[in-house]
Parts: sequence; C-alpha cells; structure tokens
Amino acid sequence: MARVEIPLGPQHPALKEPANFALSLDGERIVGAAVNLGYNHRGVEKACEARNFTQCLYFLERICGICSHSHSTAFSMTVEEVAGVEIPPRAQYIRVLIGELERLHSHMLWLGVAGHELGFDTLFMLSWRDRELVMDLLASICGNRVNYGINKLGGVRRDIDETVKETILKVMDQFEEALKYYISLATTETTLAARTLGVGILSYEDAVTYGAQGPTSRAAGLDRDIRRDEPYTAYADIPFQVITDTHADVFGRVVVRALEMVESCKIIRFVLDNMPDGPLSVKFPRKIPPGEALGRYEAPRGEDVHFVKSNGTDKPERVKVRAPTLANAASYAVMLQGNYLADVPIIVAAIDPCFSCTDRAISVVDNRSGREGSLDWKALRQYSIDWYRNQGVAFDGLNRKG
Amino acid sequence: MKLADKIMTWARVKSPWVLHFNSGACNACDIEILDSLTPRFDLERFGIVLKGTPRHADVLLCTGPITMQTEERLLRIYEQMPEPKFVVAIGTCACSGGVFNGCYCIKGGTDTKLPVSAYIPGCPASPAAIIDGVVKLLGSLQE
Repeated sequence: MARVEIPLGPQHPALKEPANFALSLDGERIVGAAVNLGYNHRGVEKACEARNFTQCLYFLERICGICSHSHSTAFSMTVEEVAGVEIPPRAQYIRVLIGELERLHSHMLWLGVAGHELGFDTLFMLSWRDRELVMDLLASICGNRVNYGINKLGGVRRDIDETVKETILKVMDQFEEALKYYISLATTETTLAARTLGVGILSYEDAVTYGAQGPTSRAAGLDRDIRRDEPYTAYADIPFQVITDTHADVFGRVVVRALEMVESCKIIRFVLDNMPDGPLSVKFPRKIPPGEALGRYEAPRGEDVHFVKSNGTDKPERVKVRAPTLANAASYAVMLQGNYLADVPIIVAAIDPCFSCTDRAISVVDNRSGREGSLDWKALRQYSIDWYRNQGVAFDGLNRKG
Repeated sequence: MKLADKIMTWARVKSPWVLHFNSGACNACDIEILDSLTPRFDLERFGIVLKGTPRHADVLLCTGPITMQTEERLLRIYEQMPEPKFVVAIGTCACSGGVFNGCYCIKGGTDTKLPVSAYIPGCPASPAAIIDGVVKLLGSLQE
C-alpha cells in the first residue's frame, strides 16, 4: 500500500499549543514521524540581553505558564551562583514548597489532559476540579494563580506564616484524599489500561539514546532525578523517593506521575514542619562579576537547564534555556513508530509537551535545498542586529527608559 | 429589528461556540481558558462550548502575542470562520504584546492583525476575568 503523509497541526483539537507533526502512514499504522516546532518561538533568550537581571527573572518566568516557577528558580539559582550569593535557608525551603505545589498542579493538569485525549472527559473535569485546590493555595501564597513571582534574586518575596501553613496542611489533607481516587483509577481502571498499555513504548535503551527526561524516562525504568542526583535549594535535606516504573509505555507514565504527586505531598509536609527561621532574602548586587554558570532543575516535565554568562554589567551577556520538552521531543520518533493514528494524541500528550518552553532552538532549514544548519553565535548576533536595523529599531536603545 | 433577526440574536447569544488559538502564548492563558470551562468556573453554563475546528466557531479566543510563524495560520483560521465572527484577546500579551514587545519574532498583539471585539487583560487573565469579559461580550451582542 502506498504511504500517506498526514500533517497534524499547528491548530489541532488534540493540541493546545501550535506544533506540527508530519506523520507517514501505512494504512493506519505510523511508519514515520517528523516534528516541526517553532510556532511559539518568541526570541526570549535574545530579549534577555536587553534586560537587567531582575527584569530577566520575571521575563523568564513567562517562558511557560505551567512550569513558571521552574524557570524562575533555575535562572535565579544560576545567577546567584555567578554572583557568589548564598540565599538564606528559609528562602530555599519556600522555593521547594512552591516548586512542589507547582508539580502537583502540573501533574493534575496532565492527568486531565491525558483523560481528555483518551476520550475520558469525566477524568478531565474531575482532575481539573481538584487541581483548583492547589491553584487556590498558590494564589493565596503568591498573589497570582500562575506566574507566581515569588522568587527574587537573593531569596523569595513572600513568607509562609502560621495561618498560611495551617491552610496548606488542611488543603493537603483534602488533596491527598482526592489523590487516592486518582491513583486507584490510574492503576486499576480497565478503560484507561486498555487505551494506554503497550501504547507509545519507549524502552530503557531508547530513553537513554534519545535523552528522554523526567517522568517519560522514569516510566522506562531510568532512575534519574535531579532533585536527588544533584540536589539544589533544600532538596539535600529532604527525604523522598524517586518513582520509577518498568512499563515503558503511556500507562507507566500515568502511574509515575500519579505516584510522584504522593511524594510531592510528603515533601510539602516535611518542608512545612522543618522550615528554618531566618530572613527571606539577602541583598543582591545590581551588577554581577563576569562569569558563567549552569543551573539544573527538576521541572515537572524533566530537567530544565539554564545557562547564564555575565560580563560584569547589570545585564546578562548570554542566557540559554534548555526546556525538558525539547529533550523529550526527540523520542517521539520512536514512540509513534508502529502505533495507530488514533493513538497519536495520547502519545503526544504523554510526555506532557510544553512547546512554549521548547520553541527556542535555532535550527535553520532551507526548504528549497533541504540544507540544514545552525548559525554560530557571531553570525546570529549579526543577523539579529541587521534585522532590527531593517525594522528601524535602534539596537542599543531597546531598554532605555524615557 | 425583525422577528427573524431577533431569533438569530437570541440563538447566537445562547450558544456562542468558541475556538481557542495560541499564537505564541506561554500556556498560562490557555490553561486558564480551559480552567474556566471546568467545573469550578463552568463557563459552559452560558452555552459556551470549546470546538476543535474554525468552521464550527463563532468566537476566536486568541492568547499570546503573534509570532512570525503563527501570523499566517491565525489569518487562515480567522478566514475559515463563518460570519458573524468575533475575536477575543485574552491576556496582556494578546491585548498588546505584553512583555514580549520588542522581541525579534513578535508582531505585536492580536489587534495588529485581526479586529478584536473584547480585551481581557491579566498575566494570565484569571478565569473570573475571562467569565466577566465573555459575559460583557454577550451583553453587547444582545443590543
């Protein structure tokens, strides 16, 4: 039978974000898949160079509206390392607390989206209803439902007092009660198992080869978690278990995420009980000395890497973000192979893709000649300067006030 | 107003079907749109249903600034929608470009390319704000 090429996206009911998949089909089976990203590319890294470090922090928080705390914490950790500033222990604990609350809401959100992609809309509605418990908490702690803005360079902006602590503990009781239902559902519900068992298989070897991360790799039995392997903020003091599974399919990813939420609840309780006293932040210099650092953070989707290079001014010379979805996207090629077209939405959703995080890679493909290449730093810089000039924008005046 | 028009308006106000398009948003507004359709906020009580295709939709919910890649697609989606059609810009980025203004890949807010009927600001626009904006839009349709 002749192969059929089917384009999926960028606007597609199964995808909430613009992304394009070129699927090659033999009958109903997928024999090849190519992922085209970049619809969401906004030029965040370049824009950081025109902003000072504090502006960058809140700007980078807006890379992604789901794992915003991941990006802002990864960036502040990295900048603090360059500046040689140690943040107070209480601030570290608060960062962990918000990070774990974010993981809870992100995994709940994913569970709902997975249910929706399976045609199990009841699960979508139920899990998003219970997700609101966490959203309310985040709103009461940080003042905003998403893009929390709790981090600042050198610490955090808001404290957790006794009343807030009581509220969190009360909500955690409710949430853990609700979680029991989702765990029993994820592990025993027959319709869910029928749609997910053996679908989108990514073996241990492939997970290693393609550099899969986070729950996607842990579902393939890869025991890797930055929180344990290279502890940042206060994770070195906190006991928790890294959840792995050996199913290596979508079912495994559901189970890993469901059980990770239990661990997150335990971490939150531990953090609240053991939060040290002390100041919330230390004074952070406006200009930081020349240097560079790499920060790694275990975001809900996997490892988030930030690289910052400073040149002694109040603005970074280079910021590079590698979001977890970019690492996971390569494994689509293996996961989609041999599956049915009808299973594409759940396989795509199973890595919990976040294309707004991802669309920052600069790869140049010449469609006419098919030539592919990357611009080096100098050429890219020159390209952007020329581009701005052609637009009539004076390059050095971008961020000047008045 | 003729009777037929009255019936049309009544039907339109009672069941505005929406299509959501992310033209370069950070996901926050998209999640809040979905959130406002789930049980806690329940936007569906106004007859609003999220549709998967522009051919079924009356209202286009745009989030995020327009990027160079999505610009063309956004216009194509808008052209596929049947008349009368409305565009709602959700979130500060869709209203004006927000923090991404000045980035090399950004064309600006939704209103640089499409006629916008309602602006709902916020970073992200909270579900309460989205409900408020939608109700105001429906109110203005009735007149």
